Amino acid sequence: MTLLTTVFAAIICTIMWYKGAPKSEMKVGPLCWMYWGASLMWFIDAIFEYAELGAEFFTPAPVDMLNDFYLGLSVVALGLIIWLIILLVKDPKGVVKAALFKK
Amino acid sequence: MACFLVPAAEAVITTIATKAIKSKEKEESVKISLSDGSVEEATKIPFSTKLGWLNKLLWGGSALLAFEHVWHGEVVPFFPFLTAVENGEVAEMLAEMGSAGVMMAVLVTAVWVGMLAVSSVVEKRALRAPKLAGEGA
Repeated sequence: MTLLTTVFAAIICTIMWYKGAPKSEMKVGPLCWMYWGASLMWFIDAIFEYAELGAEFFTPAPVDMLNDFYLGLSVVALGLIIWLIILLVKDPKGVVKAALFKK
Repeated sequence: MACFLVPAAEAVITTIATKAIKSKEKEESVKISLSDGSVEEATKIPFSTKLGWLNKLLWGGSALLAFEHVWHGEVVPFFPFLTAVENGEVAEMLAEMGSAGVMMAVLVTAVWVGMLAVSSVVEKRALRAPKLAGEGA
């Protein structure tokens, strides 16, 4: 469930990046890399888990699924916070700069 | 246990390599043809930028996986930081790093190599038309 949540986040971000390209005013690129990187790594985790559990891997207990989804959402939130920090620090639209030097 | 440390270690190496390559690289401009038939001068993506893609994949993935390990209590904010080390499960931890961790690093690198191949094809395709018009790199 964590893998699935992150993959969906990565796909949505990639679509958003493509729509905004080549300007990249919202700096969605780092968010895409982050989610795709984590998705690839969790995919390996899933393969190892599948090798261990077999078909049982596809029928997780509802409590485990909920916990994994909770973790997935938390991971997505952490990614968004990191992206927000990058966006505010790089400030491609100059909004933060304008707010700081407002007369 | 600590599988994310392997891609994180690779990220450190590739980040250092990126910095070293970037300082030696020179800008390479090429002429590309646009869909409307006009020819424009553009800067070729340097290898350091492409290596930056791998850095971002590795750093981003490792950071989010580190969070997952904190969530599961496998990484703690006090010494020795890894629960496996505290519980004397170092051998199991190293075995997991050698299997899952290495596979993670290999998959991310393989995907990046695939991206390099695709970008190389796109670049070659863009350069082909100006060559026909008698303008090259």
